[in-house]
Amino acid sequence: MANYLFIESRDPFESRDANFISKTATALRQNGSEVTVFLVQNGVLGARKNARGSHLQGLSDSGVTLLADDFALKERGIRGDELLPAVKPASIDALVDILAEQSTKAIWH
Amino acid sequence: MAQQSLTLALMDPPYESANTTTALRIIDSALKKGIRVNVFAYEGAVCLPLKDQAPHANPVKGTTVEEEDHPTTKKFISELLKIGGDDPLLNWVNCGLCVDERGAINVVEGVKRGSPKEFLEMAQASTNTLVIPTK
Repeated sequence: MANYLFIESRDPFESRDANFISKTATALRQNGSEVTVFLVQNGVLGARKNARGSHLQGLSDSGVTLLADDFALKERGIRGDELLPAVKPASIDALVDILAEQSTKAIWH
Repeated sequence: MAQQSLTLALMDPPYESANTTTALRIIDSALKKGIRVNVFAYEGAVCLPLKDQAPHANPVKGTTVEEEDHPTTKKFISELLKIGGDDPLLNWVNCGLCVDERGAINVVEGVKRGSPKEFLEMAQASTNTLVIPTK
């Protein structure tokens, strides 16, 4: 079974189509696939625990792994203690490790 | 086991989108891990390795060209193309039709010209493929 990697670059408060990630990632997880959502660029803006209406907690509750680019977090002044507990900071190297797995299907959004 | 390889399709022109920065970081990380990387630059992305790019001063800050040390995408790509020495780990292919449309012919050493056919072949031969579209 494939593992899915969604690379989310869009600000969820700017782009309503961030819901695409929620729905698709959750559905794939419910079908038994391993699913990782890796937040990059403005995609990390929904990762603050005080963010209202963030879709990320729901994704975590459904079993999706949530990682956030540490470079993007630093650029936007988001500290580790501000993050939703479900979101783990990760390096771009970690993204490449997932991407380089034969079983991974990667989708940029 | 065959050597790992990634193929990326890029479409954003230089200095337009954070997508380019993230893509170059992914490429850099993969190359440093010894993973071969193919890039198919499509549409405006064919201008990323343009040799004619020039760094500029910053009149707002009052800095000179040297002080500003403005990063250009051609410089990043040139450095990435050096990884691996005589056997570069990065294979950068610019879409020929996109190049002709834009007159983007004068590119840094090592950049090749190709077509979507090459993209398909690179993707088929790669461990994985990532398409980074414009927004």
